[in-house]
Amino acid sequence: MGIRFVLMVNKQGQTRLAQYYEYLTLEERRALEAEIVRKCLARNEQQCSFVEHRNYKIVYRRYASLFFLVGVDDEENELAILEFIHLLVETMDRHFGNVCELDIMFHLEKAHFMLEEMVMNGCIVETSKSNILTPIQLMDKTS
Amino acid sequence: MAGSSIMENLFQRTLDDLIKGMRLQLIGESAFISKATAEIRREIKSTDHHTKSTALQKLSYLSALHAVDMSWASFHVVEVMSSPRFAHKRIGYHAASHSFNHHTPVLLLITNQLRKDLSSHNEFEVSLALNCLSRIATLDLARDLTPEVFKLLSTARVFVRKKAIALVLRLFDIYPDSVRVCFKRLVENLESSDPQILTAVIGVFCELSNKDPRSYLPLAPEFYRILVDSRNNWVLIKVLKIFARLAPLEPRLAKRIVEPVCEHMRRSGAKSLIVECVRTVMASLGDYESAVKLAVSKVRELLVDEDPNLRYLGLQVLLVAAPKHLWAVLENKEAVIKSLSDEDFNIKIESLRLLMAMVSESNVAEISRVLLNYALKSDPEFCNEILGSVLSTCRRNVYEIVVDFDWYVSLLGEMSTIPNCQKGEEIETQLIDIGMRVKDARLQLVRVGRDLLIDPALLGNEHLHRILCAAAWVAGEYVEFASNPFEVIDAILQPRTSLLPPSIRAVYINSALKILMFYLDGYLLHNEGSSSSYSGNLVGGQPGLFTVKKHTEAPKLATQEGSNSNLEQDEDFNPRNATESSESEDLSVENVTDRDVRHGQAFTPPNTLAKKNFTHESVVSLLNRIEVIFGPLTANQDVEVLERARNILAFVQLFKGEMIDNPVQNVGIMDVDKKDTRVSAIIKSMRDAFTMELGPISTNAQGRVSVPDGLVLKENLDDLQAICGDIELPSSSLFCIGGPHLTTTSDGSSSNLQNEEQGPLNESTSLIEHRKRHGLYYLSSEKSEIVSDVYPPANDPKANNNINDEAAELAKLTEQSLLLKKKTNQTKPRPVVVKLDDGDVAPISVKMPEPGDDPLSGTIKEVLGSETMPSSSRSKPSDKSSRKRREKKKSSTDVPSEMKENLGDAEKHDLENPNLSSKNHGHSKERRQRGKEKIVEGEEHDQKGKKKSSHRHGRRKTHQRANSPLNVVSQTPVIPDFLL
Repeated sequence: MGIRFVLMVNKQGQTRLAQYYEYLTLEERRALEAEIVRKCLARNEQQCSFVEHRNYKIVYRRYASLFFLVGVDDEENELAILEFIHLLVETMDRHFGNVCELDIMFHLEKAHFMLEEMVMNGCIVETSKSNILTPIQLMDKTS
Repeated sequence: MAGSSIMENLFQRTLDDLIKGMRLQLIGESAFISKATAEIRREIKSTDHHTKSTALQKLSYLSALHAVDMSWASFHVVEVMSSPRFAHKRIGYHAASHSFNHHTPVLLLITNQLRKDLSSHNEFEVSLALNCLSRIATLDLARDLTPEVFKLLSTARVFVRKKAIALVLRLFDIYPDSVRVCFKRLVENLESSDPQILTAVIGVFCELSNKDPRSYLPLAPEFYRILVDSRNNWVLIKVLKIFARLAPLEPRLAKRIVEPVCEHMRRSGAKSLIVECVRTVMASLGDYESAVKLAVSKVRELLVDEDPNLRYLGLQVLLVAAPKHLWAVLENKEAVIKSLSDEDFNIKIESLRLLMAMVSESNVAEISRVLLNYALKSDPEFCNEILGSVLSTCRRNVYEIVVDFDWYVSLLGEMSTIPNCQKGEEIETQLIDIGMRVKDARLQLVRVGRDLLIDPALLGNEHLHRILCAAAWVAGEYVEFASNPFEVIDAILQPRTSLLPPSIRAVYINSALKILMFYLDGYLLHNEGSSSSYSGNLVGGQPGLFTVKKHTEAPKLATQEGSNSNLEQDEDFNPRNATESSESEDLSVENVTDRDVRHGQAFTPPNTLAKKNFTHESVVSLLNRIEVIFGPLTANQDVEVLERARNILAFVQLFKGEMIDNPVQNVGIMDVDKKDTRVSAIIKSMRDAFTMELGPISTNAQGRVSVPDGLVLKENLDDLQAICGDIELPSSSLFCIGGPHLTTTSDGSSSNLQNEEQGPLNESTSLIEHRKRHGLYYLSSEKSEIVSDVYPPANDPKANNNINDEAAELAKLTEQSLLLKKKTNQTKPRPVVVKLDDGDVAPISVKMPEPGDDPLSGTIKEVLGSETMPSSSRSKPSDKSSRKRREKKKSSTDVPSEMKENLGDAEKHDLENPNLSSKNHGHSKERRQRGKEKIVEGEEHDQKGKKKSSHRHGRRKTHQRANSPLNVVSQTPVIPDFLL
């Protein structure tokens, strides 16, 4: 499994989105998130975006007030994951228009759907923005 | 009823309301959440779909972001999932994939719902079901729904096909039998021209090939086509990963892909792809020089990039390359060394790892030296990383790379004085370990130990206590190497030792006893020497002569003892002396070969010092001081300290009584003074008791001790926990790694307090006295006579101002040393390091999981085998063998590990002597094979008709296989030549 989890965390360390591709109990998730946030949010711009934690490699990127953190296994290409994060942000930006933390808060389900279109079973399955957004827009129309 | 649901509907808070409320709440988040949850619990019971689904939506939100438990609602989730409206169903599926797991009991209820949705005409419903299944699939679900997923693998609707492909990965994982059904279709998708499908399917194969790459060799042609044709970087990265695993298995394949990989490296502007190419080359194509050169040039670009990410990755790749292509590291050494002072800790660590990868016998000294200087100026965390890696590198394989142990021991001493050093435990272990293993290093060990012991500043740093413990032990155990034992015992007695935790104080006291014995022994010998016939031996100090002396001495001692006991019976000491002396006789005989050398070496310095130190007054003052220092400890709370202190005091009082009454100077002839001979006899036996050589013990030594008859050992010691659970581990196990020193610090401080209570005056006056007498041993005592506990830290970083030159220096050094020149200036040969045959390396269970062992790969091999066969036009014999292979694989899915063994056997024998052994083995193999077929028979109930024929078939085939050595070739997966 390439991608193990995707997290979005704001500057204060509050989780805004958490998607796991392996089963962890709620307590385990909470503990993991707290550890990662402590580790990653303390780092500055001049430091690299990769952190090793437990048996994960964490690739993260900061957009304004929001941190995007992706936990991958050792084999994964870190730069590709950085591009994946950027793609995710661009996709959300196209959908919401100037995406911000509030958009994700109020449309958490939609953010999950986008992620589901892009990643399945820890594998990236879709990398085209329009392909990702078409079904979501269709669903919006029908419901 | 209907009215109430409308009311509920009207007044229900939506998810938006909930989020807004959460942002504005004043009652505290947890209170708000529990209120909202109570509300949800009420609403979710509603019969109205809308109310119910909204409640579930809110619950999922709270569960996802605020870790609210929602397992209680799983039945409601199932209900919402089966809702006819898509909007509701979506909420249900989302909640299910978020909250269900293999423990969820209602999972059994959703099989039909999932099947229905998987076959739905609405592709969004299918997509929901696929997504959900990919998260929550269990064995039951996978088995029941595989047919539906199989259909979707070839559907024309790309939107669902790609998801079905991604889902297959999980199905294979939990239900390997699905491979038989789905694998062929999965492979067909590899040929798809649709980029979406390709992304998904390559992702799946990339993950699959991680487990057992060999099974996917037959697919190499397809992967190769994608590698050459695709322009999608995501896909290319995944394909490169697959090839990185396949290439080492098949040299022809490696040769084939070198060019395309290099082409990508040259052409691409995407760093991610370039990094992946470089990794592939370093990991799997290391034999192709041109590719490696190109890769290294790319690495160089990464290393000097502004982006820390690229620098980090560059270093990482270089570390992969280091074992095979050290020149690549050398070429970039400046960048590597520069990274040692990078702002990012992670980058520094990578650079440190890389430096340690470069270390060899010839340059370990230089690199360690410079790294130590780096450690001095680094922040504590990195400083300890450096120390840790230097220590572990040098220790590897019983100090394999250390040639000059004197140097290494001094290095350990120097590390100890680095202010941020927290590697006390490791240094402690190594100091003692070296002492026991390397005889030639003992002299230097004692020197270093002395330097550590007499520095009062070190006593204040609790991280160093373990090191001091080792130093004290070394100084006591190898005291005969000490240039000045008086000085060492003085250091051990210094008042600041009260800062030590009790367990370490106990070691100090014991060492003091050992040194005291040595000292008194030397003193007596000295006096005897000046007056008796042994003088010739002593003054000469020659090993040979001394050996003679030792031999003659032992019986002499015994006779002395005997005469003593005749002349004067002392109830307290005589029995013990008798036993001790007889023991010591044995010991001395046993150890003569070892110890006489040591004595021979060591006795010269004490002799030269004899005039200064071995005077009656000095001995008496030493005894007095021991009494003063250790006296208060007889009331110590720690039993170890208490007991040892009492022991040494008892001895001291004994000797004092004997010696002060009878000053040795006044003794003209030995046998005139009976008491003195008695003292010397005691000392001799004590000395001999301490001369038993200690050595390293194998970790499995315990296993060699046979269990005595009648002793029943319990297998399970769990009930011990009940007895000892609340008892703290004793702190007396000093030399075991990771002793619980920290737990005893409170004891230490309390005993410290106690000390001060008992005699604050005593301590401070004794400290002043110390300083007056041994001013040179203390760092800044002459500034003031006020007793303070604050000492300037050793190795003050401020003193090292030439730090900026370090990088340049290191660069220069590595340049010199990494060129792997043969160092000819090695003056002395590497000393003998005692190694145990079995115990040094912890027993490693060599049993590696065989990649073919899991049922998944077995099935895949089978499927691939049957699939590629028809496509390749083969001559008859090879076709036969491949059919046989299929047969084999069929059974290997059921008993793969056994199968592996058999094949391995067959291969070996066939290679050795194909004609002779094959017949012989054929029989037994056949028998085993038959047994296996029976297992197959037992397990496969559903294919009864086919069974019987295949059973007979299989037996015949295996018989053939065993007889013909050709079969072995067919075992390795075949890649059609024409495609490579």
